[in-house]
Amino acid sequence: MDARITLRVDGRDRSLTVDTRTTLLDALRDHLSVTSPKKGCDHGQCGACTVLLDGRRVVSCLTFAVAHDGADVTTAEGLAEGGEPHPVQRAFLEQDGFQCGFCTPGQICSAVGMLEEVKAGHPSHVTDDLTGPVTLDDEEIRERLSGNLCRCGAYVNIVAALREEADS
Amino acid sequence: MIPFEYLRAGDPAEAVAAVAERPGAVFLGGGTNLVDHMKLGVAEPDMLVDVSRLPLDRVEETATGLRVGAAVRNSDLAAHPLVRERCPMLARALLSGASGQLRNAATTAGNLLQRTRCPYFQDVTTPCNKREPGSGCSAIGGYTRYHAILGASEQCVAVHPSDMAVAMVALDAVVIVLGPGGERALPLADLYRLPGDTPQRDTVLEHGELVTAVELPDLPFARRSAYRKVRDRTSYSFALVSVAAALDLDGGTVRDVRLALGGVAHKPWRAVLAEEELRGKPATEDAFRRAADAELAAARPLPGNEFKVPMARNTIVATLRDLTEEGR
Amino acid sequence: MTVQDRVVGTPSPRVDGRAKVTGIAAYAYDRPVDDPVYAHPLQATIARGRVAAIDDVAAAGVKGVLAVVTHRDAARLADTEDAELSVLQSDEVAFRGQFIGVVLAETPEIARHAAGLVRVEYDEEPHDTELRADRTDLYAPEQVNGGFATDTDEGDVDAAMAAAAVTVDEIYTTPMEHNNPMEPHSTVAIWNPGGGFPEAPRLTLFDSTQSVHSVRSTLARVFGLRPEQVRVVSPYVGGGFGSKGMAHAHNVLAVLAARAVAGRPVKLALTRHQMFSLAGHRTPTIQRVRLGADEAGRMTAVAHEAVEHTSKIKEFAEQTAVGTRMMYAAPNRRTSHRVAALDVPVPSWMRAPGEAPGFFGLEVAMDELAAACGLDPIELRARNDPRSDPESGRPWSGRHLVRCLREGAARFGWEDRPVVPGTRRRGRELVGMGVASSTYPYYRFPGSRAVVAYGGRGRYTVRIGAADIGTGAWTVLTQIAADALGCPLGAVSVEIGDSGLPSATVAGGSSGTTSWGSTIVAACRSFRRVYGDDPPPGAEAGDDMPENPDAERYSMHSFGAQFAEVRVDADTGEIRVPRMLGVFSVGRVINPRTARSQFIGGMTMGLSMALLERSVLDHRTGHVINHDFAEYLIATNADVMDVDAVWLDEEDVHAGPLGARGIGEIGIVGAAAAIANAVHNATGIRVRDLPITPDLLLR
Repeated sequence: MDARITLRVDGRDRSLTVDTRTTLLDALRDHLSVTSPKKGCDHGQCGACTVLLDGRRVVSCLTFAVAHDGADVTTAEGLAEGGEPHPVQRAFLEQDGFQCGFCTPGQICSAVGMLEEVKAGHPSHVTDDLTGPVTLDDEEIRERLSGNLCRCGAYVNIVAALREEADS
Repeated sequence: MIPFEYLRAGDPAEAVAAVAERPGAVFLGGGTNLVDHMKLGVAEPDMLVDVSRLPLDRVEETATGLRVGAAVRNSDLAAHPLVRERCPMLARALLSGASGQLRNAATTAGNLLQRTRCPYFQDVTTPCNKREPGSGCSAIGGYTRYHAILGASEQCVAVHPSDMAVAMVALDAVVIVLGPGGERALPLADLYRLPGDTPQRDTVLEHGELVTAVELPDLPFARRSAYRKVRDRTSYSFALVSVAAALDLDGGTVRDVRLALGGVAHKPWRAVLAEEELRGKPATEDAFRRAADAELAAARPLPGNEFKVPMARNTIVATLRDLTEEGR
Repeated sequence: MTVQDRVVGTPSPRVDGRAKVTGIAAYAYDRPVDDPVYAHPLQATIARGRVAAIDDVAAAGVKGVLAVVTHRDAARLADTEDAELSVLQSDEVAFRGQFIGVVLAETPEIARHAAGLVRVEYDEEPHDTELRADRTDLYAPEQVNGGFATDTDEGDVDAAMAAAAVTVDEIYTTPMEHNNPMEPHSTVAIWNPGGGFPEAPRLTLFDSTQSVHSVRSTLARVFGLRPEQVRVVSPYVGGGFGSKGMAHAHNVLAVLAARAVAGRPVKLALTRHQMFSLAGHRTPTIQRVRLGADEAGRMTAVAHEAVEHTSKIKEFAEQTAVGTRMMYAAPNRRTSHRVAALDVPVPSWMRAPGEAPGFFGLEVAMDELAAACGLDPIELRARNDPRSDPESGRPWSGRHLVRCLREGAARFGWEDRPVVPGTRRRGRELVGMGVASSTYPYYRFPGSRAVVAYGGRGRYTVRIGAADIGTGAWTVLTQIAADALGCPLGAVSVEIGDSGLPSATVAGGSSGTTSWGSTIVAACRSFRRVYGDDPPPGAEAGDDMPENPDAERYSMHSFGAQFAEVRVDADTGEIRVPRMLGVFSVGRVINPRTARSQFIGGMTMGLSMALLERSVLDHRTGHVINHDFAEYLIATNADVMDVDAVWLDEEDVHAGPLGARGIGEIGIVGAAAAIANAVHNATGIRVRDLPITPDLLLR
């Protein structure tokens, strides 16, 4: 069964016809050729498909595109406005926060979404004082980015990249 | 995945009516469990009724406590100031589950109604009584590391995977359900079933019944409460065992206590026996251990998960000890 | 002679970095193609037997389905000698999860749905997937992976053990593990019926591989084509760790599918679940390690006997005990490998095959020997450091293990290690430290060629069909070429990842930089020899990898020392690793930035191996039941705290023009042992079976 939907992807309105079974991830990749979100597991267990959906980080593989008619989607490609890397992307470059690069767009979208959550005062599993302000130390960064697996083992450098962001 | 119709419901009643009249229809919340199951072939609905945008996305203070809308996202519930202040164990339980991305999508009702992560249940090439009644239980005699030690049956040894529900059961949460015949309220503890001979049924809900809210009665001493989750991996993984606990101390004596276990049974396990054992007793490690033993006396571990009994005991003791020390 | 360093040795940023952080780097499946067809494989649900019947009527009837290809109608292959690649050629099922067909459709949703409608009946036969050391059908393979002898035996181990003052004789096990690169094995295959060299290739693959040329030659052979008729393109690869080192069955399946819809590109990506049966794995191992020493800790005997599995249809015998042959001085030495051929998927390379599991056994045993001798584990290793290779008698090209251990001890604060295990508490946690040695051989594979072309205005292009699977090869080769040409980094573009480029060997065996790098150096020198420093635009010259006569004269290995600190929760047994440090001796480091990432990446995978990874074969069904990322746990960010790596400032003058020995795998070797030894130091509990999970440490 097909449905006609419109998505705003990386700042552009895109209309498309999707099978109701098409996930947001497949809509982006197969229908719109937006391939920066990656399919690492297709079951919400790796985070490679992370995008910002209406500003919040989500895994795009576990949601159907048809449920997001009218939504705003930002991918790692869209974070680089005019091709200029986003500060988080620059920090990844500086700290060598990736190797094969496959999980990287998801890591970056996740990191950008995470920084917003911190700004909003959201606690995490490792926050000592649930009612106090949140300080983004290394332990917090690690926990908050644990939804993005990296098999190359770039975590140490990813944390270093986000530490720069946390300090700035 | 079979083709399906998609309907975005305008209000709860419309959603209930749409699902109730069609055997193959299901509610779609955040989708993090349902979409997964549809890809695996575990669920094959022919219609999805999207309830994620219904106006059920608020946490409200009521005369008796908090009312949490069914569509409140897990991350928003965990971050809610009243939840953090009044029931830290619930915020902690939520934050120990899944990942930031999944918590942003998963809803309160969806979390409650998520299905077991038993790998045999999720693998349609293996027999499973929960997925296909009468086909047999593959977990028995198989890989049981994440399976039940309490309340299981010969037909099913799966566990309920939620963290949030463990804390809510400890908090005596009440579930508000809208059905074709109207609204009803039931204790969350009574929503869940043990597998018995009908493991295909996780809960007592009837087809077409929609969870619209969860009520959390005010429990003043839950301001000092904790959720301890023991797992193989530091983050983004399911519990081997978990403990939700709130402790009300009168000097060195336990005036009241709430205790629930996760990762041990087909449902979030309210440790009633341990609570009874503890009330009026001194808040000592010995007493905590006796209480844990009282609860776990009925444990029937499987070959491969015997460790869960001492792990659960130690975790209960450690959690209560930490709360006691915090209270001093 | 080594090349003049200018950018070699500097931490140049990755040339592919910007494309990767912005997500525009196109991996195999991302490649835009017109009018694609989507493939969804069908897999056997028995572990052994025959396909008796396939009912695909319902599937074929779904609107949008183009074909259901099975053994009944798949094209016949020209070469079926490699049974792993003999896809859809018979009704036989040799392991659960094996391909028995593929559904081709206009959309991925239709393909998946239709695949679910195919009904298959089997004649099932009893299967056997369980590895045990007491199996009566264990056999000695002709050789083990890498071309090493299966067994070695020198002196009299049994007599030496009987006479030794101190002995260790224990069994160590490591589980079946899966590479699990983040990018699933993906192929876009186009079969062009009219195509033929030189006009257009008959077969084009956009593939995710560690070796475009190996995939090309394999598929050419399997499909009866000339290599020139096949083109394999793979510029970006989302990790491999050995599992993409060779063509696997999905490549053949994709080509069979492409032939069935000739002209249209077929897109096939294995699902994460499918990768557990179709993309290789690390064999489980059962290792008996025996060590004998005198009172002073001088070793008299070392024996390492490994039992492992392979698949019935294709032998892959991992070299588990080979590293033990050269590691420590002992006059009496024995190693052996025994294999059970089971009804399991085909095992293959996984990061440091042999050394990674083998050094868990050996280096935990060394820790046990140190304790039995009352010696510091570093001192024990120093006392048994051989002056020449005990196996071959050759001199070392550079063995600096003890320097690595001592340097690491100073940096890590080793003197603070609790002497008595299980005695140091911090709050509710037990804390401890462990150490282990690491090593990896110097490999340099012949068969690469590079071509240098001058494009005018100071710009050079260097072409070689190499692969950057995250290693930094792209960047490092650019640095090497720039120095070899004597021009700035920005003046050189390196082209890799296309079989249309000059031939290159596999990105494996930590050999990429040494093999391709020395080839590029040779090509650049040839270019300068012919054209001098002022070449005309269009000038082009190439060369092959030069011989390295020293490789026969010296025993060449990298070495390292792995340190770990652990904290174990006294109540729950939960294990944290607050610190890891690796000190490595690898010859010259070409790029400190990417090298450090490789080292700490390997150590991180070692941590993951130590605490988390285990593929659970359900012997009743014959398949890995924890076949996804929720159940097959790999380290998350939260598991990895302070991991750091440093290296000795050195150059191996025997290791070719670059003085480098390779760094991709050594980081994982010994890491799990260091953690196991730290767990023992913290708790007093000796865990000899990986992974080390909380339940094993409960009291």
